Parts: sequence; C-alpha cells; structure tokens
Amino acid sequence: MAIKLFGAVGSTATLRVKACLAEKGLEYEFVNVDMSKQEHKSPEFLSRNPFGQVPAFEDGDLKLFESRAITQYLAHTYTDKGTDLIIKDPKQMAILAVWIEVESQKFEPASSKLAWELAYKPMFGMTTDEAVVEENEKKLEQVLDVYESRLSESKYLGGESFTLTDLHHLPNIKYLMGTQTKKVFDARPHVSAWAADILSRPAWVKATTT
Amino acid sequence: MAIKLYGAPASNATLRAKACLAEKGIEYEFVHVDMSKQEHKSPEFLSRNPFGQVPAFEEGDLKLFESRAITQYLAHTYADKGSDLIIKDPKKMAILAVWIEVESQKFEPASSKLVWELVYKAMFGMTTDEAVVEGNEKKLEQVLDVYESRLSQSKYLGGESFTLADLHHLPNMKYLVGTKTKRLFDARPHVSAWAADILSRPAWVKATTA
Repeated sequence: MAIKLFGAVGSTATLRVKACLAEKGLEYEFVNVDMSKQEHKSPEFLSRNPFGQVPAFEDGDLKLFESRAITQYLAHTYTDKGTDLIIKDPKQMAILAVWIEVESQKFEPASSKLAWELAYKPMFGMTTDEAVVEENEKKLEQVLDVYESRLSESKYLGGESFTLTDLHHLPNIKYLMGTQTKKVFDARPHVSAWAADILSRPAWVKATTT
Repeated sequence: MAIKLYGAPASNATLRAKACLAEKGIEYEFVHVDMSKQEHKSPEFLSRNPFGQVPAFEEGDLKLFESRAITQYLAHTYADKGSDLIIKDPKKMAILAVWIEVESQKFEPASSKLVWELVYKAMFGMTTDEAVVEGNEKKLEQVLDVYESRLSQSKYLGGESFTLADLHHLPNMKYLVGTKTKRLFDARPHVSAWAADILSRPAWVKATTA
C-alpha cells in the first residue's frame, strides 16, 4: 500500500494523523512502533523521524514526520477525497492558517502537559505533579476564553466548516475529557458544544476504535 | 498603504513578520504598539489579536495574527515578489512543511524560554532562573543535534534554498547568539555556518535596523 503510518496506538500525535486519514477516507497500512521496546529510538525508526517520536509517514517515496505536516500534506494533496479540511478561497485560508497556528502555539503546549500529567503518567504508574497541572489549567483557561468568544461568532474555529484546525485539537481534547480538566471545557458553552460536536464525528470515532 | 503591521520593535514575533516582509520586498506601514502602556491589552488591539500579543497584521479588510500565519500568507500570496520562501513542487513543499513544524514544535519552545530568561528578563530588571536555562539548553542541544545532521545533508533546513523554515528561526537565534547560549550553536559546525549565513541576509539586516 502506498500510504504507511508508523505510530503507537495511544499516541496523541499518531491519532492526529489517523483522524485526518479517516476524514479523507484514505486507505493505509498502520505499522505499530513498539515504544515499550524502545523501537522509536532504533536506527531504522530514527531514519524516519530523527527526533525518535511517533508518528512517521510514507506515501510512495515521500517520507514525512510531525503530525501537523502530515495532515497538511494529506489535506492539500487529496483535496478531492472525503472531507474538505482546508478552504480554497485565499483570504479564508489565511484566517484558517491563523487558527491552525493558535492550536500549535497556544492550545498544544498547555493541553499536552495536562494530558501527560493527568492521563499518561497514571498509565505508567508515575506521580502527577499538581503544580504543573494548576499552572497549565490556568493557561488553558485563558486559551479557552478566547475560543469561547471565537466560537460565538464562528461555527468552527477556522470558519463555518470543520477543518484542519478543529481536527488538530481532537487527540488532546479526547484525553482531557477523561480527566478533571473536563470542567474547563464544560464551563464554556460554545467550547463545550464545539468539543462535543467534533468528538462525535464518524471519522474520529473510526480513528479511535480501529 | 494596504499592508499594516502592528508590533513592537524588540518583539521576536514582530521581527519574524518584518523579516518576511523584507525578504518579499513588500512596502508596509509599521504601527508601534506601546506595550509599556499596556496598549497590547487595549480593547482596540484585542480586536486585532484576542490573545493580546504582537504582532497583528492587516491587508485591506483581511486581519491576521500569529507571526507564522502572517508569514505563510505573505509567502503564498506574493509568490512572485522577492525571495521565494516556499517551494512549488508538492513533494518538496511537504518536506519544507515538516521543517516548518520542527521550528514550531521543537525549536520555538526551548529557544523562546531561553530568550525570555537570558534577554528579556535582563531588559526588565528581572532575575534569570538558572534551572530553567539549564533545562532548556539541554532541550535545545537535542534539537540542534538533529539540525547538525540535517544540515550536513541539506544546505538549508527545508531544502536547497532559504525558505520560511529557516526564516522562522531568525528572531530567537538573533537574541540567543548575544547570550551564553551562543556556544551551543558554535559547537556544531553545520548549524554554526547556517546560522551565520541566514543572520547575514540583507533582508534580515534591513528588518532589524529599519
């Protein structure tokens, strides 16, 4: 199969790409990278991602890493398949690009630290650092206050339709909804409705169950 | 003038947008946001960037924020002006997108914390947190090790020519080479040569002196 995704089942970054592949309705081969055996630090895998992180991606002879570069490649290359995850109009695309950056620069740092402390650490029998949780919940609240305002004017973050910027949020939101941080989303009605909407998309359900 | 950039002269994110405008040879009006007077938190400015951060950007009726969304808009919209900051070939563009993400996800977090601790805090008469410096220098070293390998195979990060992936590094790098962190760049010959090369580009010199 031309498209191969090298990843780990519980990895948020791997899920980000799986979500995109599912939205575009693309067939691919999933290659499990066994992180418990340090496979992500093997020379073979480092040749795919020099940072030794999942996922890595292959489409024919094109090799990529960084989940948001992979999703952008898929969204721009397979524009005629499945859900349209970008916007053709250049001005609307520019606005979409703003909110893609917002996820990257504002939502990801706070939410990924919270997912690590509250979801992953317990899985590995490690102790949650409550100070880190408190600090990052405060940061996340500031971000979600901006989202609450944005989503009161716009159906989705990037505009009137579901796009890459909403998709990029899915993995971290999924994990945080199973933790105390859920309250931060619930307290903001537009954010809460948007989160419920995107988490219920058939492609996301498919990506998280197969 | 159709293009306006709202920013602060010392702000690394503002410099990122200025660098891009200079590379493209685009005329614009610079509107100084006086952060010492909290102008970046005024209702007027918050309507341009709801996170209350510089820069903000305007072209006609298009309003953008997030420096990397602004540079991407400029690079795509003004493809025929000045330096080519993106790559037309779709596969090469996909690889460029990987290294744009690497700057965003790997270089920016570590380097921006170092710039804050070693440069901005001193400007504001605040005390540097040496533990934060040590932790982030370790992280930056891991990133620069990957860059050293990449740049031994590729003239620039994104490919054989200077592109957005390199440009996005300029502001934080400019500040860090004026601090003790310079030694991390100096210790890696390909990184050191690449840094010297991009820091000497006429457009960058113009952006940091005009």
